Amino acid sequence: MTAPEIEIIVDGEPLRVAAGTTLAVALLNAGVRAFRTSASGAPRAPLCGMGTCYECRVTVDHVVGRRACLVPCVPGMVVHTADGDD
Amino acid sequence: MTERTQYDIVVVGAGPAGLGAAVEAARGGARVCVVDQNPHLGGQIWRHRDPSVLPGHARRWLRRFARSGCDWIPNAGVASVADDGGLLVNNMDGARRLRAGALILATGARERFIPFPGWTLPNVLGLGGIQALVKQGLDVRGRRVVLAGSGPLMLPVAATLARRGARLLIVAEQASAGALARIAAGMWRTPSRIAQAVGYRVAFRTAAYKTGTWVVRAEGSDAVRSVTLTDGTRSWTLECDLLGTGDGLVPNVELATLAGCVTQDGAIVVDAMQRTSVPWIFAAGECAGVAGQDVAVLEGRIAGLAACGRDGEARALRGARDRARSRARRMLEAFALCPGVRARVTPETIICRCEDVPAGALDPDWTAREAKLVTRLGMGPCQGRVCGPATCELMGWDAQVVRPPVQPTRVGPLVDLLRERRP
Repeated sequence: MTAPEIEIIVDGEPLRVAAGTTLAVALLNAGVRAFRTSASGAPRAPLCGMGTCYECRVTVDHVVGRRACLVPCVPGMVVHTADGDD
Repeated sequence: MTERTQYDIVVVGAGPAGLGAAVEAARGGARVCVVDQNPHLGGQIWRHRDPSVLPGHARRWLRRFARSGCDWIPNAGVASVADDGGLLVNNMDGARRLRAGALILATGARERFIPFPGWTLPNVLGLGGIQALVKQGLDVRGRRVVLAGSGPLMLPVAATLARRGARLLIVAEQASAGALARIAAGMWRTPSRIAQAVGYRVAFRTAAYKTGTWVVRAEGSDAVRSVTLTDGTRSWTLECDLLGTGDGLVPNVELATLAGCVTQDGAIVVDAMQRTSVPWIFAAGECAGVAGQDVAVLEGRIAGLAACGRDGEARALRGARDRARSRARRMLEAFALCPGVRARVTPETIICRCEDVPAGALDPDWTAREAKLVTRLGMGPCQGRVCGPATCELMGWDAQVVRPPVQPTRVGPLVDLLRERRP
């Protein structure tokens, strides 16, 4: 299935993704490793893929703590992950 | 999104049980609203961005729902339930109140994870998590994948990965060959299931399939690089890019617990008509005991019919439901966890991923509440949904106390709701 592509902004860089992709998949396919940083400073990324574990939370359009696995990508969405904190 | 606030029936969850319940209830003329946290219908098993690839029975239920006239609130969770039928529904845009004459809980199940060193590394994913992400377009072509866990989910996940071009190195099931042979022997009653299992195996035929084998640790720095497996006598390490793991499913009972419904062995207790201990609340599918999609659809339909007072029609489905449930029970017994899986937890192993609480910080003499007060176990955003089932298995601790809101809710909308109430 070839979906039309849209552009989102991840840690300041434009990223082209298939329309309808969830943000978690878009970030994983783009090679993002640390979605968030844990309480003791370790990188964390999706575990459950279904909204239960909250490990995939990122900042979307200035709202913190959005679960990337439940958020569909929309054009122009601005995303901030822990990978961008370096 | 609809602005109606009063419904005869509100269904929580849009998987097989929730769709079955909504369709039956709407057929009888009830005003029905389904609330679901995903952007797409179908729950974990039937959710797909391209529904045309789903099996026929799933497409049929999605079609029936589309024609049913039910309202559907996607991307939303129920954060609290009041005795008078008031529900606080919460999504990314805000919160709103609904009132329900009857509530049908079809909240499904989640994966259980018995922790091991390194399970917190990026690219260590739940089996259901991999399945969900691959269906949504996760690119696994050429990636080296280890699947090591337990339960009926392993085979379809392995098949999906192989079909999508992953290099599946091994599928390791912790249950013994003998236990699995007993299920296979019981399958002669349902030949379609043998065909399905063989189909999955053919799809991932190039990978090894080992029973009585489980993961003891994963290693890596910014992501998983290798996995060590054991069969109880021999251990070996495989380099990989992705590890899929999970130790069976546990029912989602948080909302039911909040509403005061009785649970037993981690599942919502229901009567023959799917009624919980709270008269206006019904439960159907995995949240009333993990048993698979066939049971879920039947229980959803029974709950939907019974919630509209159509008990005669509901009764007609009970025989099929009972047979499907006992089939599922026999199968799941084969996947009981072996002691080696529990023994892989080291003192440094993180148990609570939200608060980074290691196993060594937990005193077996504590109650769950003491552990929470001393270490912050289960106090992060997931509210014990991941560590709760693990500490239940490892420490024998009961599920934690549930308070509203049962999921993180933005403060702004909550304040607005409180303000609205004041004259």
